[in-house]
Amino acid sequence: MATQAKSHELIVSVSPHVRGKETVERIMWTVNLSLLPAVIMSIYYFGPRAAYVTGLCIVSSVLFEHLYWRFLDRKTTAGDGSAFLTGLLLGMNLPPSVPFYIPLIGSLVAIIITKLLFGGLGYNVFNPALIGRAFLLISFPKLMTIWSEPTAKFIAMDAKTTATPLGLLKEEGLTHLMEVFGSKTELYQGLLWGNTAGSLGETSAIALLIGAAILFIKRYITWHTPFSFIATVGVLAWAFGGDQGLFTGDPLIHILSGGLILGAFFMATDYVTCPTVRKGQIIFGIGCGAITMLIRLKGGFPEGVMFAILLMNCFAPLIDRSIKPKMFGAVKETKEQAK
Amino acid sequence: MSLQPKSNWELIKNGMFGENTIFRMAISLCPSIAVTNGMKNGMALGIAVVFVQTMVNATISLMRNFIHPKIRIPIFMLVIAGYVTIIDLLMATYARPIYKEIGLYIQIIVAFASIFARAEVFASKNKVWSSICDGFGMGVGFLLAMLVISFFRELLGKGELFGYSIIAGNPLLIMILPAGGFLAVGLLMGFFNWVDMKYFGGKGASGV
Repeated sequence: MATQAKSHELIVSVSPHVRGKETVERIMWTVNLSLLPAVIMSIYYFGPRAAYVTGLCIVSSVLFEHLYWRFLDRKTTAGDGSAFLTGLLLGMNLPPSVPFYIPLIGSLVAIIITKLLFGGLGYNVFNPALIGRAFLLISFPKLMTIWSEPTAKFIAMDAKTTATPLGLLKEEGLTHLMEVFGSKTELYQGLLWGNTAGSLGETSAIALLIGAAILFIKRYITWHTPFSFIATVGVLAWAFGGDQGLFTGDPLIHILSGGLILGAFFMATDYVTCPTVRKGQIIFGIGCGAITMLIRLKGGFPEGVMFAILLMNCFAPLIDRSIKPKMFGAVKETKEQAK
Repeated sequence: MSLQPKSNWELIKNGMFGENTIFRMAISLCPSIAVTNGMKNGMALGIAVVFVQTMVNATISLMRNFIHPKIRIPIFMLVIAGYVTIIDLLMATYARPIYKEIGLYIQIIVAFASIFARAEVFASKNKVWSSICDGFGMGVGFLLAMLVISFFRELLGKGELFGYSIIAGNPLLIMILPAGGFLAVGLLMGFFNWVDMKYFGGKGASGV
């Protein structure tokens, strides 16, 4: 924090001299707040169970981070909101009916192994929340794919289990999906409001878009990663997702369903694990979209956003290194000069 | 190798802890991930390595004055391959069920960096008895590492030890998959380095 100098004092300091108000804490807590609409929608559709699972993830994440720094006798960073955000995103990526130990194991892997053992915030190679979820999905394949049917009005305790829209699309095909939802408009409405089965925070597209709009207005994220991600998914779904051949698919189903909105706006844009160069962020988004659609259409899992982002996280340093921005005033070297 | 000769017990201890194949030297990591999904397999491979390592060191040490330095590598290869064939055929005959699961890795002992390295840096320069102690220590170090890794992987991944059920409930399936092997080796390596730095005044893996 810069201390305000009195006018008659002469302060000698190193640059930068003018600082913005943005700090890690401020950005992290704003992102947490912008996820609030989606959390409220998840509690609305999945009942108190949603609050319980998300809360458990948050509390355990912050606690693990605090204990780790206490163990090392260092200053704790548990209060900067990043552990809170990891826990929140992990909770939003879990199905509603998981037993209590799943959030705990998920936070342990996400915070300790993925983030802190690599050096803490800013040094992690992968998105912690997504590694936590990938660990859980591979460890507990049955428990992690029990999807409760959403029943509105905050009271759902013992919901029936059902399949996610993407699961139905993969196993039974588009016609069956239409039978379940009635018509296309009802399907779109369900996906927009979040009245479908799925992970806690990913179902309601509108609530997530409100949160994303806040981040855009505050300029915490730019359009490059999310829009190239979503556009690639849309184009590929339109081109290869149809039953009747090329260019007959329905891009909207693929864009609105699954974790795409949540992943594209809140997890692919993570400052630490995505490229810093704008052009690189577009490549990052296109890669994410392509891998997502590859998994959704041809792979074993119905949903591929998580693995797509994790795979592209590996490539982020490579993308950064191969796309260097032009230095100010630098002249491009001609071939003759190079000789 | 240090300059003054070490006692035999020191050589064995050095192989088991100070220069542990997997946790300190970080060589021969392939079997530590591939075979450690059960304690039975880990122990069988570890015992095979103890045998091969000890016998190879003894043989190379006996022959060290007759090996021309320019062709020492092929000769090491031949000696190692000979002992691996012996243990391979022995296990194929007398330990059929285990051999069916890890037979490929028994044959791959030929290419273990740890055995080759000890033949080159120790056995070809030292007397027979200390070479045997060194080989035995290195082999037991490998066996211990395999037992520790497979203990955690089998316990967490299947809830079993040696095939007997220990804990009920949902096991962490990832631990018996290859990804879990990398996790277990990495975390245990970090843990042993931490113990070494904290309690024995070592410098961790970078200071060996």
